[in-house]
Amino acid sequence: MKKSYRIIVLAKQVPDTRNVGKDAMKADGTVNRAVLPAIFNPEDLNALEQALRIKDRFPGSHITMLTMGPPRAAEIIREGLYRGADDGYLLTDRAFAGSDTLATSYALSRAILKIGDFDLILAGRQAIDGDTAQVGPQVAEKLKIAQVSYAEEILEIKKEKVTVKRRLEKGVEIVEAPTPLLITVTGSAPACRPRNAKLIMKYKRATTLSERQGISEDYISIYNDRPFLNLPEWNVTDIDADPAQLGLSGSPTKVKKIENVVFQAKEAKVLQDSDADINWLMKELITNHTLG
Amino acid sequence: MANFFTDNPDLKFHLNHPLMKKIVELKERNFEDKDKFDYAPVDFEDTMDSYEKVLDVIGEICGEIIAPNAEDIDREGPHVENDRVVYAKGTEENLDAIRKAGLMGITLPRKYGGLNFSIVPYTMAADMVSRADAAFVNIWGLQDCAETIHEFADEEQKEKYLPRFCNGETGSMALTEPDAGSDLQSVMLKATYDEEKKQWYLNGVKRFITNGDGDISLVLARSEEGTKDGRGLSMFVYDNKAHKAIKVRRIEHKLGIIGSPTCELVYRNVPAELVGSRRMGLIRYVMSLMNGARLGIAAQSVGIAEAAWREALEYAKERKQFGKAIIEFPAVYEMLSVMKAKLDGARSLLYETSRFVDMYKAYFHISNERSLEKEERQEMKKYQLLADAYTPLAKGLASEVCNRIAYDSLQIHGGSGFMKDYPIERIYRDARITSIYEGTTQLQVVAALTGLAKGTYLKQIREYEDTPLKPELHTYRRTLITMTEEFEQALMKVQETEDKEFVDFHGRRLIEMAGNIIMGYLLLLDTNRESRFWKSLEVFLRNARSENKANAAFIAASGLSDMGRFKQDEVGEEE
Repeated sequence: MKKSYRIIVLAKQVPDTRNVGKDAMKADGTVNRAVLPAIFNPEDLNALEQALRIKDRFPGSHITMLTMGPPRAAEIIREGLYRGADDGYLLTDRAFAGSDTLATSYALSRAILKIGDFDLILAGRQAIDGDTAQVGPQVAEKLKIAQVSYAEEILEIKKEKVTVKRRLEKGVEIVEAPTPLLITVTGSAPACRPRNAKLIMKYKRATTLSERQGISEDYISIYNDRPFLNLPEWNVTDIDADPAQLGLSGSPTKVKKIENVVFQAKEAKVLQDSDADINWLMKELITNHTLG
Repeated sequence: MANFFTDNPDLKFHLNHPLMKKIVELKERNFEDKDKFDYAPVDFEDTMDSYEKVLDVIGEICGEIIAPNAEDIDREGPHVENDRVVYAKGTEENLDAIRKAGLMGITLPRKYGGLNFSIVPYTMAADMVSRADAAFVNIWGLQDCAETIHEFADEEQKEKYLPRFCNGETGSMALTEPDAGSDLQSVMLKATYDEEKKQWYLNGVKRFITNGDGDISLVLARSEEGTKDGRGLSMFVYDNKAHKAIKVRRIEHKLGIIGSPTCELVYRNVPAELVGSRRMGLIRYVMSLMNGARLGIAAQSVGIAEAAWREALEYAKERKQFGKAIIEFPAVYEMLSVMKAKLDGARSLLYETSRFVDMYKAYFHISNERSLEKEERQEMKKYQLLADAYTPLAKGLASEVCNRIAYDSLQIHGGSGFMKDYPIERIYRDARITSIYEGTTQLQVVAALTGLAKGTYLKQIREYEDTPLKPELHTYRRTLITMTEEFEQALMKVQETEDKEFVDFHGRRLIEMAGNIIMGYLLLLDTNRESRFWKSLEVFLRNARSENKANAAFIAASGLSDMGRFKQDEVGEEE
């Protein structure tokens, strides 16, 4: 049995869509991030907790946080460090702006290749701002590694095999998968542990170079004395990425229209994976203009 | 996200008291740890920032984990299985969160794995945890035992036990016995030294021991055979995690703080280590342990009072009768404002006491490392006197205020408050113990009378009186000066009889008068720093003034013959 594991946790800073007001969307159909508080995507915290539990069991394990976003998303790395992650990288570049899931997973996969060796990648099932649940699986595809989605608990890790409990609509499924492996974790997994007092004090000044612009001179010297306070920022060049596959140009997804939908369905219908049911569904969706 | 630190600005206000600069500098010894530990602060501002950030975590754990678990823990309670305590499920969850957040050993030095926080932020944590769950705070707060080991044990014991506290092991202090409650001099648990094995062994029974099955236990035992008083008692540390040699005979069924296991323990040849010197157990170490515990109960009282007041406020705003919210009725809004004023006064007294203890303890620990300069010795003496005088005052008054606020909060809830449907019913039951354990209010009064006799309170009152104030606040100072004069007259009348029983007879009245003046001044100084305390100051002084007048009138009309009038007549002898 291997004594320790290298784990990368993918995490995203998201607007807190759990308390959405009337200004939450802009006229162009994108999320108005300015009015919503930025938080750690909830299911990414579940993923982080799974990573920390592996580190509890195998103390030499190493957890790297990886996030992509504007400069302030460095907060996600700090939140990880406060709970027991070992280091982290922020992908930030104007060229990333407007990336859809395809472009985002491309950028993340490039960064992961640059980070190098890993046994596990853990990510939340989906982010609460987009709810696509695509980024994790797409990263696995781009890295050509196996993936397990909807994980609720990592039951066992052996040298080249991981046993995972998946939480599905009608029950649980226990699966085995080879490492290196990407796992997306659902919100029904255990909540993340609280921040640790010593780690908060240790990392509270951990910042990226761009965050440090204009801070008080008093504390500049500690960045030399305590190198772990320097959070690395990577841009497109750093991760050796093709700009054409990033941002708006790399994103085939186009938002056509955003509508405020109030759910009115009074009954639910469960469909089987039979041709008859799928035909019924297609007709239904065409009739109510969801498709076409 | 509920956070008990950020939703209560009074905590941050008390944290940022001007004396904190001095306290932090003493506690951090010119920030000498900064090159040794990556989490040590580099200067005063950095320390305060760390205090705030850690208190924010504690506030979050209180709001998100401990408070939501309180009701289930109260219903489930701990139980005994194979002579061992099993906590309620929620208690285990709370402990797990506290351990992962690294919130044990908060005040211990970094070299043992502690956070090296001063008493003020530690008390603030206790304040919040108590608001969340008054039962759980007892288990968490027994990290006080580590402070006693830190103060009096030898280096080998410190290195053995202190890191374990910091890693989340729990403590207990085994003092009381069936026949030794308030009167600890009567402790009988026997400690015998086996010369061959070079080992102490404990035999006997302890009763009413909070968290009695905790991992590391401090035990008061009679080491000197044939003695009968406090001078025959020594302090021992017993490693329950390693030996599991005690038996938990039962857990008491209690009115409140049900989640906190109160144990009866049986010791049969239980190995233990002597702490410090023989015969000093009660005289020196327990006194120190008790002072820490009393400050803890003062914090618990303030936290419970905070919870009770918030429940009352919320209910009074929501509950409608006769076509309007009940908070609009004078009888209700007056109750709420008096509750808030007394809560603010008690909290201010709690943190003033914590600062005095901080100053004294910081000098005490420095004096163990090097000899103090003359000025430092004087300061240490000054703050030791203040800490000794303010601790029983804070414990006694805050616990009474807590009970009063819990009573009034339940009253505001009306019939609903009497039912199990609202948290106030549990809070009310939990409040009741605060004025009983770690010394009843009556015993706190006795301890406080020493401070009164030494003139410690009056000297400090003069210091408050001389503090420069904003002009608009002078009128309140005049009120407090009048109250002080009235108090001195009453005190003189009692003292000039030179009758010990007469002093004890009026003890509570005198201490309450002094306490009202001190809390009045503290609220005045708080208002001087931040005007939002004005309302509490105003309401507090109105009440305090009339309470003091009543007590003054009672004393003025009292003479030595009173004691005969108040004694119960002999009841017919039983056959």
